[in-house]
Amino acid sequence: MIYEVFRQERKGQAFQHAGSIEAADERFAESYAREQYGRRGESQALWVVARSSILQIDEFVDELNRNYHRVDGYPLKEKLKEARERAGTSRPAVADR
Amino acid sequence: MPARADLLLQIADDELILGWRDSEWTGIAPFLEEDVAFSSIAQNEVGHARALYELAARELGTTADELAFDRQPEEYRCSALVELRLPEWERTIARHVLYEQADAERLERLKASDDAEVAGLAAKIDREEVYHRLHAQMWEERLKEEPRFLSALEELRPLVDRRAAHSPALAELWDAMTSVRRSQPAGTRW
Amino acid sequence: MDQREQDFLEYVQGGGQVEAGDWMPDEYRTRLRKFIEMHGNSELMGVLPEREWILRAPTLQRKLALTAKVQDEVGHAQLIYRVVEDLGKPRDECFDDLISGKSKFHNVFHYPTKTWGDVGVIAWLVDAAAIISQKALLKCSYAPYARIMKKICWEESFHILHGRDVILTLMNGTDDQRELVQEALNRWWGPLMQFHGNPIPADQDPMLVWRIKSQGNDEARQQFLDGYVPQIWELGLTVPDRALRQDEQTRRWQYTEPDWDELKSVVTGHGPKTEDRLDLRRQARENSAWVRSVLLAA
Repeated sequence: MIYEVFRQERKGQAFQHAGSIEAADERFAESYAREQYGRRGESQALWVVARSSILQIDEFVDELNRNYHRVDGYPLKEKLKEARERAGTSRPAVADR
Repeated sequence: MPARADLLLQIADDELILGWRDSEWTGIAPFLEEDVAFSSIAQNEVGHARALYELAARELGTTADELAFDRQPEEYRCSALVELRLPEWERTIARHVLYEQADAERLERLKASDDAEVAGLAAKIDREEVYHRLHAQMWEERLKEEPRFLSALEELRPLVDRRAAHSPALAELWDAMTSVRRSQPAGTRW
Repeated sequence: MDQREQDFLEYVQGGGQVEAGDWMPDEYRTRLRKFIEMHGNSELMGVLPEREWILRAPTLQRKLALTAKVQDEVGHAQLIYRVVEDLGKPRDECFDDLISGKSKFHNVFHYPTKTWGDVGVIAWLVDAAAIISQKALLKCSYAPYARIMKKICWEESFHILHGRDVILTLMNGTDDQRELVQEALNRWWGPLMQFHGNPIPADQDPMLVWRIKSQGNDEARQQFLDGYVPQIWELGLTVPDRALRQDEQTRRWQYTEPDWDELKSVVTGHGPKTEDRLDLRRQARENSAWVRSVLLAA
């Protein structure tokens, strides 16, 4: 069975995929992951997961360009310029200072 | 020879010779993942030997390397169990299982020693041995129905505490182990 | 090449990364897998010349360092074969092909190690040559391979230091010890110069075209010479090539043309130790077949 190994380099950091090992069962997987990814004390922690337990998602659909919940959906520059002119608070362009 | 040094050498020699034998599987173990794991065990064993030699060396006025390499085969205090060359996996694992059991008991006694240094080192070694034991148990679990493993256990069990005479296997190992070192005068750095 | 393949080629040439599940042209997949498999084979076979010395290491420190180094190489083989497996070729098939001689491994691992001097020279110079090649794979278009190369390169860094330490200790030791190093260097120089392969123009090197490697053979060799000839000379060692010199203007190294026939012969299975070592692998594999089937019977 193939087990995927995720390692955390230091406390607080995200677990990152580090590689995979072949093992007969969880006990062997633990022993092997420990040595392959931790014998130098280079990992704070490891997650060892059977590959068959991993659900991969790599197709995402956004046919209608839903930008309302992203930063790029809010171009504010023009509106801000207009509002400042109305309030008389327009600032000189940076180059004029 | 002071009693403490004598005891330390007995354990150190066991770990050294066993580690030397176990390290022979590096590169040719039954499969790659196991190769890496078993090599760590072998290295730990040699590392334990080194720490024990260092402790004894201070008392005896010598160095760990001199204790490990520069004695004659007859002077080693290792058991018959660890001396044998066992190129079969079932015999290697059988030895591993038997040795870990015996060593666990020995370490318990040492951890209770009045000598703080010995007790402290024994505790450190024991913490590493936890993983050796897990590994041995893991294999024993898998091989417990295998006839060749069971006969290996039977074959090797009587050798666990046999420390009287050394087999030719030790002299052979010593010869290979020390050949580079002996090619130059004592004290040469490597 | 059809449009889809052409698009893929432009994609990788523009720095695009490919994952295991992605579509790839047959030619890319085939060349890639063969290349990576040869690397795995080399790590696995590279273990054998060195492990003879694990038994004979002359101090506890050297014993530990050498065992750890060889262990790393086994670990690298594990990482690499897993990548090959995810590209569709099971590990057992890789071993079958290695043992039968159908697939290859690098030239340097076909030669004998005769003395402790070889142990030093291998860790210092052979590993250095290998690391140069490996660094050129960090930007491989095939991402799973690029990722393991990161771990491999990181682990190799201690190998070189270990090698240098062994060599420096010998060079500061007895006359006999210095002779060990020079004699080993004399034997290893030829294979080292052949190691990176014969020169291939960049646009004719498929490894460069498909962005599997990012450095050509000649460049790798020049980099090796740049880094290591000065190190060799500063210890008072001589390189067994009278033509070796660095051009004042271009800074390029000139040398006697390596024996490409020897390289070809060795890599196709006719090296001095090829048969012995493949035999050892075959034996080890046969003897432990029962272990693998016991573990499979979950």
